[in-house]
Amino acid sequence: MSYIPNTPQDQQAMLATLGLSSLEELLSPVPENVRLRRPLDLPPALAEPDLKRLLGNMAAKNKNLDDMISFLGAGTYDHAVPSVVPHLQRRSEFVTSYTPYQPEVSQGMLQAIYEFQTMVCQITGLDIANASLYDGATALIEAVLLAIGPGGRGEVVISSGVDPQYRRVLHTYAHARGFNVKEVPTRDGVTSVEDLDAAVSATTAAVVIQQPNFFGCIEDIGAIEPIAHKGKAVFVTTITEPASLGVLAAPGDYGADIAVGELMSFGNTMSYGGPALGFMSARSKYMRLMPGRLVGQTVEEGGDKRTGYVLTLQTREQHIRRERATSNICTNQSLLAVGATIYMAAIGKQGFRELGELCLQKAHYAYRQITAIPGYSARFSSPFFDEFVITAPVSPQKLQRHLEQAGIIGGYSPGISYPDMENDMLFCVTETRTKEDIDTLVSVLKEVQA
Amino acid sequence: MRSVESLIFEKGAPGRRAATMTAMDVPTEALESMVPTSMLRKEDAPLPEVSEIEIVRHYTHLSQRNFGVDTGFYPLGSCTMKYNPKINEDMAVLPGFARIHPLQPESTAQGAIQLIYELEQYLSEIAGMARVTLQPSAGAHGELTGLMLIKAYHESNGQGHRNIVLIPDNAHGTNPASATLADYRSVEVKSDPQTGGIDMDHLKALLDANAANIAAIMMTNPNTLGLFDSKIAEIATLVHETGGQLYYDGANANAVLGITRPGDMGFDVVHFNLHKTCSTPHGGGGPGAGPIGVKEHLVPFLPGPMPAKNEQGYYWEDPGAQSIGKMRANKGNFGVLVRAYTYLRTYGPDGLLHVSQSAILNANYLKHELESDYEIAYPQMCQHEFVATAERQKEEHDVTALDIAKRLLDFGMYAPTVYFPLIVHEAMMIEPTETETRETLDYFVSVMRQIAEEARTNPEIVKTAPHTTPVGRLDQALAARKPNLRWTAGQETTH
Repeated sequence: MSYIPNTPQDQQAMLATLGLSSLEELLSPVPENVRLRRPLDLPPALAEPDLKRLLGNMAAKNKNLDDMISFLGAGTYDHAVPSVVPHLQRRSEFVTSYTPYQPEVSQGMLQAIYEFQTMVCQITGLDIANASLYDGATALIEAVLLAIGPGGRGEVVISSGVDPQYRRVLHTYAHARGFNVKEVPTRDGVTSVEDLDAAVSATTAAVVIQQPNFFGCIEDIGAIEPIAHKGKAVFVTTITEPASLGVLAAPGDYGADIAVGELMSFGNTMSYGGPALGFMSARSKYMRLMPGRLVGQTVEEGGDKRTGYVLTLQTREQHIRRERATSNICTNQSLLAVGATIYMAAIGKQGFRELGELCLQKAHYAYRQITAIPGYSARFSSPFFDEFVITAPVSPQKLQRHLEQAGIIGGYSPGISYPDMENDMLFCVTETRTKEDIDTLVSVLKEVQA
Repeated sequence: MRSVESLIFEKGAPGRRAATMTAMDVPTEALESMVPTSMLRKEDAPLPEVSEIEIVRHYTHLSQRNFGVDTGFYPLGSCTMKYNPKINEDMAVLPGFARIHPLQPESTAQGAIQLIYELEQYLSEIAGMARVTLQPSAGAHGELTGLMLIKAYHESNGQGHRNIVLIPDNAHGTNPASATLADYRSVEVKSDPQTGGIDMDHLKALLDANAANIAAIMMTNPNTLGLFDSKIAEIATLVHETGGQLYYDGANANAVLGITRPGDMGFDVVHFNLHKTCSTPHGGGGPGAGPIGVKEHLVPFLPGPMPAKNEQGYYWEDPGAQSIGKMRANKGNFGVLVRAYTYLRTYGPDGLLHVSQSAILNANYLKHELESDYEIAYPQMCQHEFVATAERQKEEHDVTALDIAKRLLDFGMYAPTVYFPLIVHEAMMIEPTETETRETLDYFVSVMRQIAEEARTNPEIVKTAPHTTPVGRLDQALAARKPNLRWTAGQETTH
């Protein structure tokens, strides 16, 4: 199988034009001392039907979310995708285009991104948004880097209620870039307000929380926001479960300066966690400090002055500003942004609220049923959205073995990242779980006792 | 031809909707009993209220206003806009790959870990490296990862003071931007005006003057002029002698498959752009994937987890104490990795060699055919791309590279990368890739010759191009001066 259309005869004719007789002669600029003089040690080429069989078998070794009843969330959420989304998102004019450097023939992608930026603002209640970032974790990093500023060394205060993976990424960047990270503990599943108050100082560049946080708990923003803003820090909120915004207060309404997070679950495939869809939304005063691509509306230079869309404020970016750019981002996640845009248009104003209510109600139903089982108790009493932590009578590993036999994937084991939670399980219940699914889970849990 | 599509927000009507939600099949409670009133959303998010047919027409129209590789020739230099095979798309959406959760038990994700494990092996072989992490999300993310690895390596050797990264003047902009993020200082190395490679005297002077502080050099080879730097082995020796590391920007790896390997050239770290070399689609700007390959001495610093295999099967291995940590959530852009895996299994070793040879042939053929009408920045044999210029047209007829780029759009083709690399005036960087027919290349040549002729006889038609696209040239200055980054109620599209 090959996608090289030119035949050996075509290539010979082209070589003749160049006064050459073999393809090998084209490689003369590569000196002998670095030439590979053996074939690459790779498996041989496969024809399309054989390749489909190979990959089909490999895919079949994975249990997918349609084979099982899953209660896994922990940063990656299963939301139903209307058929209209992939049908439009996968149109090849979107799929096979590059970053829209030539706007006259890229209006489709540019307008879709402009609509994406608008919808992100609509759900976060903030003024502006960029065209997307790699994922929620790197979006959080970009917000922190914006807050610290070029060459800055300020300190970042982050709640340990933020996804442990995100914090790991933050520490990785902090070491290389050279800034300090202070973690604030949680109490009853939410950020300890006293400890936060003690941690935030005049040198704090950013205060970062997650809402709802990694345990699914709803942070008490009324207490957190004044502390975050007592100095000059930028208040960053992280949203990994965007369905929460259907019912929970918007970041723009509770005083956040920047909202970042993950929108993969809106219209895109889960794909083992990637590609993901990081977003960043902010107050307009941060416009010229934003990382990544921004699409702006403008008009034609001459003639009829029709409306059009372009990549704008590019002097922030690496291809112009090089070492002084606001970020090194070049590639973003445009195609996933298109998916999320079509998804949000498809569920619409009313559907977005219903989605939030469905997740909230179903999770609370599951919570009431599970905590009624003897031996199972709620780990925290704080309010939550669609995830909650249960202390089980047995280890999560043992629990998972029982659940798997019943075709269920249980929740995440927070003990991996939080040492005092080894008998806990973080359950997630989105709108994709039915009452029957939840009741099945409950009946299996009842059978598993210490 | 000219037309405008109004925004989705200007369509629909109150109460109209498309997708319906699943049934509320559980007993409900009052919201206020579950969420403190102060934390409830006060007003509904003002998302569109549109029907499914409106959505379908709207986004279908938008797709028709967008140019992709499937639409036509896309000679965008350094971006490797090759054909994106359809089987790759089909494999990526198999439920066993698309419908799996990153945190589900390893025993239920054996096929996924196997694919990642094997893809790492293939890329290690192609690059001549000991190991590859598939975590980075894109090329620039890979660059940053690589620089962090180099930094951790120097720190482990008590060389943490090394703070300079040498970057050639024709490098991609992401290189210096990534260096800044890693808290390094970029120092520019001049290129040799004759060879297009690194100016060896300047390199030696920089190495002498900063020997103790050189952390690394970042290079693309072939470079952004499409020229292979034949002094690479000597450069590697010189940089290594000062204690510095060599970073290979893999943006141009489509020229080297099976011909030469970054590891054999002396590089310590390499990133791949799977969305370029391995045919995964660019998606209008992403997603991509930017795996990083390293030599043995850098393996302990790789971000984790890494795939591993024993008698029981495949599993994820946590990184050791020297690891830099983690570059993103989860394991990388798996959906992109499935496509790249499919691509590499499609071609096999002989096929990949033929990919690069054919890409190089197509580039040299175009360069040769354009020589009569355009200046070629460096006349010698090129690799997978080359830089032509509009200097002659600019000087004689005031027609610029931008004008020529816009005029090409009128003929159903995308434009080359213009004004890059920065060291070439009126640059037009052309990369045809291996997946174009000879007829397409000849058509491009005929159009470029026609445009050169127009520049001589009717320059206005070039300077006011494009004429046949959905919109004409747009006011970039206005967009930057009065930024409008989102729609607000009451704002109307002008038709």
